[in-house]
Amino acid sequence: MSSSTPLFLRHSADRLLRAASLLCALAAAVILLLILLFLTQASWPLLQSPGDLLGAVWQPSKGLYGLQAMLGASLLSSLLALVLAVPCGLLVSIWLIFYAPATVARAYTGLVGLMASIPSVVYGLWGLVVLVPLLNAWVAPGASLLAAGIVLALMILPLLMVQADALLRESARRHLPAALCLGVSRWAAIRRVLLPALWPRLWPSILLQLGRALGETMAVLMVAGNVVQWPGSIFDPVRTLTANIALEMSYASGPHLQALYLSGWLLLVLALLLMGLARLFGSRT
Amino acid sequence: MSRLEHWRGLALALLALLVALAPLSLLLTVFGDGVALLDWAFLSGTPEQAGRSGGIGPIILSTAAVLLLCLAIAVPLGLGTALFLVEQLRPDGRLNLGLQWALDGLGAVPSVVFGLFGHRVFVVELGWGYSLLAGGCTLACMVLPLFIRGCEQALRDCPHSYRQAAAGLAISRFGYLRRILLPFAAPGIAAALVLSAGRALAETAVLLFTAGYVMRWPESVFDSGRTLAVHIYDLAMNVSGGSPASAATALVLLGFALLIQLLAWRLGRRPAAFAR
Repeated sequence: MSSSTPLFLRHSADRLLRAASLLCALAAAVILLLILLFLTQASWPLLQSPGDLLGAVWQPSKGLYGLQAMLGASLLSSLLALVLAVPCGLLVSIWLIFYAPATVARAYTGLVGLMASIPSVVYGLWGLVVLVPLLNAWVAPGASLLAAGIVLALMILPLLMVQADALLRESARRHLPAALCLGVSRWAAIRRVLLPALWPRLWPSILLQLGRALGETMAVLMVAGNVVQWPGSIFDPVRTLTANIALEMSYASGPHLQALYLSGWLLLVLALLLMGLARLFGSRT
Repeated sequence: MSRLEHWRGLALALLALLVALAPLSLLLTVFGDGVALLDWAFLSGTPEQAGRSGGIGPIILSTAAVLLLCLAIAVPLGLGTALFLVEQLRPDGRLNLGLQWALDGLGAVPSVVFGLFGHRVFVVELGWGYSLLAGGCTLACMVLPLFIRGCEQALRDCPHSYRQAAAGLAISRFGYLRRILLPFAAPGIAAALVLSAGRALAETAVLLFTAGYVMRWPESVFDSGRTLAVHIYDLAMNVSGGSPASAATALVLLGFALLIQLLAWRLGRRPAAFAR
């Protein structure tokens, strides 16, 4: 409602409408608060001794609830996914805009849209049936940090590419003619002018995708091997925080359940922090 | 220079091909492994031997029930919120800023956290147990921000002059909403609804903790029931020899997901990839 908004005549239905829609709007905020509240409450007993939670050993039967290795696995697999997806996404977007024939580019964009609509559990199934045996033939056991990274990369790629595509097109429209007029080759213009101009504005979406990768459960659960350990290499099996929750939720109770809620709380805080950072970055550029 | 440029184009095309191999192999695998099992008996039958044979009839029914419950809650709540954001708020006000942060925050919450929350609130505290109702409610919380954003966009697309004309004719705000704004925004709202349904359909982790994984035909909303996505997961991970049935179920889920995406694409102006 801006200051130029024309005023409507007051009617009783309008007042009712305002009250009802205000209630709806508050519901969204209340749900977020409730999630924070319930998760904090459910993990409160363990939150009071944060030292124990950073231990490396996760053995619920012995009362050891160290989340360190699984937190590490979550972060490592998500970062690996970004390392794979960001360069690939950028380069393929460049190819689509500047190199590919128009019909090929259109078909490829359709395929990317299709990738975005594939449910995560289907990615997991594909990883389990195709990717893991393939990696296993290369370095055993196949179900590994690398497999998780690849599947996550595929899942975040479409949205990254949509962003990269829009930003690239806009910065090409702004800067490319000027750069070409200076006698620079197209590739040099892309590398030295377009990419540096685009980079700061791509950061928010990279952060958001990192948050998505951290929170992804099913696909990772199906391909990562689910061994609680710090991986020695990217070919070692790992278990992420999310996978651990999904695996143990069905039989956990008491402090074990509290530890699972605590890992959820940790994921929630991380995701909210990343979202806040992305918004800060986004508003500054 | 042009020769170098030629090689660059070729190298980039190779990379693009490599990236495209993954989704293509996924489609081929799911189709190749699943299509043999797919017939009417599979779609309507009851699962036998933990799902290795038989059909997925009750699972499709449970999925539909969870989806309907989810939308029945999310749609009025989301539409109300979007109307409030667009119609009743000053864009620079503090309440607007707070609500935008809350919506983005809710949108960033990982799905497994929604699962934990739903388990605690609906399954344990409210005492509904593992049930379709608990699953639907939790999913509604999850898709709410997505649906609200879609509706908000659709409502903001309505030209300012329509509002001016409506005010000039001394129509009440309610009348303006009902007769002008909502009909104008209806395609966009429908697209947002379809995208939210797609998101809910694809969800697995949330439903593991809230709707459970019972395979029987559900008789009421308080029964536990497994959805297509949960069935795929369970068959692939926990049932040896369940892969073919899992692939066939994945084919059904993929079919629904693509149908939904196509529908959203036809309805709305925005491409599907903006969903998150």
